[in-house]
Amino acid sequence: MDHPRSKYWKLFISTFQLSACTFGGGFVIIPLMRKKFVDELHWIEEQEMLDLTAIAQSSPGAIAVNASILVGYRVGGPLGALITVLGTVLPPLVIISLVSLCYTAVRDSVIVSMVMAGMLAGVGAVICDVVLNMLKGLTKQKRLLPLAVLVLSFAAVRFWDVNIIVIILVCGMIGAADTLLRMKKGGGEA
Amino acid sequence: MIYLELFWSFFQIGLFSIGGGYAAMPLIQRQAVDVHPWLTMTQFTDIMTIAEMTPGPIAINSATFVGIRVAGLSGAVIATLGCVFPSCVIVLTLAYAYYHFRGLALVQGILSGLRPAVVAMIASAGLSIVFMAFFGQRSLPAELANIDVIAVGIFIACLFCLRKWKLHPIAVMAGAGAAGLILYSLF
Repeated sequence: MDHPRSKYWKLFISTFQLSACTFGGGFVIIPLMRKKFVDELHWIEEQEMLDLTAIAQSSPGAIAVNASILVGYRVGGPLGALITVLGTVLPPLVIISLVSLCYTAVRDSVIVSMVMAGMLAGVGAVICDVVLNMLKGLTKQKRLLPLAVLVLSFAAVRFWDVNIIVIILVCGMIGAADTLLRMKKGGGEA
Repeated sequence: MIYLELFWSFFQIGLFSIGGGYAAMPLIQRQAVDVHPWLTMTQFTDIMTIAEMTPGPIAINSATFVGIRVAGLSGAVIATLGCVFPSCVIVLTLAYAYYHFRGLALVQGILSGLRPAVVAMIASAGLSIVFMAFFGQRSLPAELANIDVIAVGIFIACLFCLRKWKLHPIAVMAGAGAAGLILYSLF
C-alpha cells in the first residue's frame, strides 16, 4: 500500500471489476473478493474473509454490497467503504440503464441466453473451487466440532429450509460455548 | 414527490431483504407492483429475468430499472441510493464493532462457530447454481436424463483450469461464456 490515493483507486477499480462479473447471485462475489483481496493484494486474511462473509450474509441488503462495504472499511475506513459501495453499484446501474432501453430484445436474445448458460456453469465451478479451498482450511484444524457444524448447517440450509439468521445465531452460540468450556478446562490456547 | 417515494420504497426493500437476492424478490414485487403502479406483473417478471442475465445484485438491478422507468436516470440513482442506504449504516456499525472487539476470546469463539456455517451456506448456494446450470432448476431433479451435457463439460473444464492451472476466476467465467456461445450454437 504505497500512496493512499492509489490505494483508494485500487479499491474502486477492484470492486468495480468484481461487481461487473458477479453473475448468478450475491455469493459469487465472495470467491472473487477472496481471490482479489486475500490472494492477490494480501489486504485481508483468510479467516477474516470468512468473518466478513458471515457479517455480510446476516445483514440486510445485497450480499455483494455488504461485503464490499466491509472490505472498503477494512482497507480504507469509512471513506474506503463509500468508494467500494460506489464501485459495486456503478456497473449494474450503468448496465441496467442501457438494457432498459431495449430490454425486450435482451430478454429474448438467443445469443445472450447461450452466453449466460455457459457462464452459469463457469460460476458453479468458481464457487466449487472456493468451497474446496475453504474445506481444506477447516479440516486442517483437526477438530470434530467445526466439521459437525459444517454438516449440520449444510443440512439446515439445504434440506430443512431453516432461516439463515437462526443458523447464524445457533452457530455463534455453539462457538461461544465451545470457547468458554475450553477456557474453563484451562486449555489456554482458546 | 416521486423521488421521495422511490427512495422510501427501495429503502424498505434494502432494509428487509436478509439473505440475498431471492429474499428481495417478493419485497420488490410488493413495492413496485402492488403498492405503487410502477410495473405490471409482466414487466416485473421481465426485470427478474434480466436481473439474472446481467451482473449485479437483483435489488440494485431492479432499483435501477424501476427508477429509470418512473423518473429517468436521476430516478435510477435515487432508487439505488435508497436500496444501499440501510446496508451502509448497519454494516458499517457491525464492521466497527467487529474490528473493535474481535480480539476478545468470546468474540473469537463466536466467530469460530460461524466460519464452518458460512462455508456450508456458500456450498449450498454453489450447489444450487450447479444444478441450475445442469438441469435448469435449483435442486436435483427426479430423473437425471435431462442433464445439459454441454454445461457439464464447461463446468468440468472450468474446474480443471481453476484447480490445476490456478487461472483467474474472471478469466474462467469469460471463457465459460464464450464456450457457451460456441457450443450451444454448434449443437
